[in-house]
Amino acid sequence: MSLPAEAVDALQAFQDLPGWEQRARLLMQWGERLPVLSEVEMCDTNRVHGCESQVWLVGELKDGHWLFRANSDARLIRGLVALLLARVNGLSAAELRQVDLADWFNQLGLARQLSQSRSNGLNAVLQRMRELAA
Amino acid sequence: MMILSPWRADFPAIAALHRQGQTYLDNAATTQKPQALLDALAHYYANGAANVHRAQHLPGAHATQAFEDSRRKAAQWLNAGDSGQIIFTHGATSALNLLAYGLEHLFNPGDEIVISALEHHANLLPWQQLAQRRELKLVILPLDADGVIDLDAARRLIGPRTRLLAVSQLSNVIGAWQPLPALLALAKAQNAFTVIDGAQGVVHGRHDVQTLGCDFYVFSSHKLYGPDGLGVLFGRHEALQQLRPWQFGGEMVLDANYHDARFRPAPLGFEAGTPPISSVIGLGASLDYLAGLDQHAVCAHESALHDYLLKGLAARNGIRLLGKPQVALASFTIEGVHNSDLAHLLTEQGIAVRAGHHCAMPLLKSLHLAGAIRVSLALYNDSEDLERFFEALDQALELLR
Repeated sequence: MSLPAEAVDALQAFQDLPGWEQRARLLMQWGERLPVLSEVEMCDTNRVHGCESQVWLVGELKDGHWLFRANSDARLIRGLVALLLARVNGLSAAELRQVDLADWFNQLGLARQLSQSRSNGLNAVLQRMRELAA
Repeated sequence: MMILSPWRADFPAIAALHRQGQTYLDNAATTQKPQALLDALAHYYANGAANVHRAQHLPGAHATQAFEDSRRKAAQWLNAGDSGQIIFTHGATSALNLLAYGLEHLFNPGDEIVISALEHHANLLPWQQLAQRRELKLVILPLDADGVIDLDAARRLIGPRTRLLAVSQLSNVIGAWQPLPALLALAKAQNAFTVIDGAQGVVHGRHDVQTLGCDFYVFSSHKLYGPDGLGVLFGRHEALQQLRPWQFGGEMVLDANYHDARFRPAPLGFEAGTPPISSVIGLGASLDYLAGLDQHAVCAHESALHDYLLKGLAARNGIRLLGKPQVALASFTIEGVHNSDLAHLLTEQGIAVRAGHHCAMPLLKSLHLAGAIRVSLALYNDSEDLERFFEALDQALELLR
């Protein structure tokens, strides 16, 4: 399965960053790139539970490919969510089921961020994506 | 001014964490352990483990002796004297659940249980669920602006329907001592049971259950430099007589038939099954260690360190403290900064603090906060730990602002 173009960009950007500051800055920059959700879309129905910061997720199917948009009130979580979207946007439902979140963030050099998943809830976001696509 | 801890080297994990680039400031969640505890655990397992209160053989006698010695030491730590008994449970949460189930038969629909707005989930949910089972009213004592239970409100809310008062001695979010003597007097005037959640309080200073005059006092071993999986419940004799067994099984029984049984009195009647023997023995070693320290020096150190923490926070812009912390910890939020972002960047810099709701969701909701950062101290922390935290905090804020 070849990676979406955005994912290739992310890999190039995040691999081999020298330190936590650069990583944090880049994460926040990726977070800024997230497409905006409207006020209406940031509602309870679209809220992903299991995150200590708030995350909202909407998804639509276009020609067999899933396109997700998301937002969070926390900036670093927004960056992590952007990296997740880069990996999954454009996938089919079947491909989505096969995404290995741990492996993806490991490749990005962000495995430690994922290990805090109880608080950042990225797993919950992926789970919600799969439910939407099911 | 540097504040050094003379006890730091007694806790080998502090040096190990330091080598991993970690500064541990999450002591209200759990504490590191003194060498004396590690030695006691190694000694017990290396010299012959055995079950307690059952066997006539020598290893069993040794284990039982050490186990019961710890019970005596826990009683001494609380100055229980002859006023009551120490029951070992599997944690402070277990102890509070034991009370909520073991006292259930005394409640009738419409009776009131009084807790406070700052309770940890462990001292909220067992009572909330008991109230639901028995159609009781759960009354919540409000706080004043400093995060202390409002006594004027308590005078109105503790009344003839009050059957039980359960409050924390020291808040795990706000770090403020609660006015226990006044609250206990109000409850006792109504002949209500009194339960103190001492999980945080027991770690700071020495407390005397006879002076307090509470029916039950609960604490957790692992927050008091002891092993985990162990809670301590002190109960006054008169109150324990009304407590019914909650969990049933081995060694809590006097006589068992297929269709009925009779149970032991406290403490064994409330310690069904094999207890956490090594943890109990380990707690004894931790208590011996703590009892050997100069208590005034420990208090003075903790107080100086807390002062240092508060001054450092006050020197930074936009920091809002939760309540008015008096000891041990401080929780705060920063204007315009999401606590999850701050926690993330502190973690990246090897600062181990806690972010979130601190198992007190209703309290955080009442303050209209999604979460807060909590820095919590122990006797082995020093001003360098706090300096590292402040440096990391400044770096994080520079990035986020």
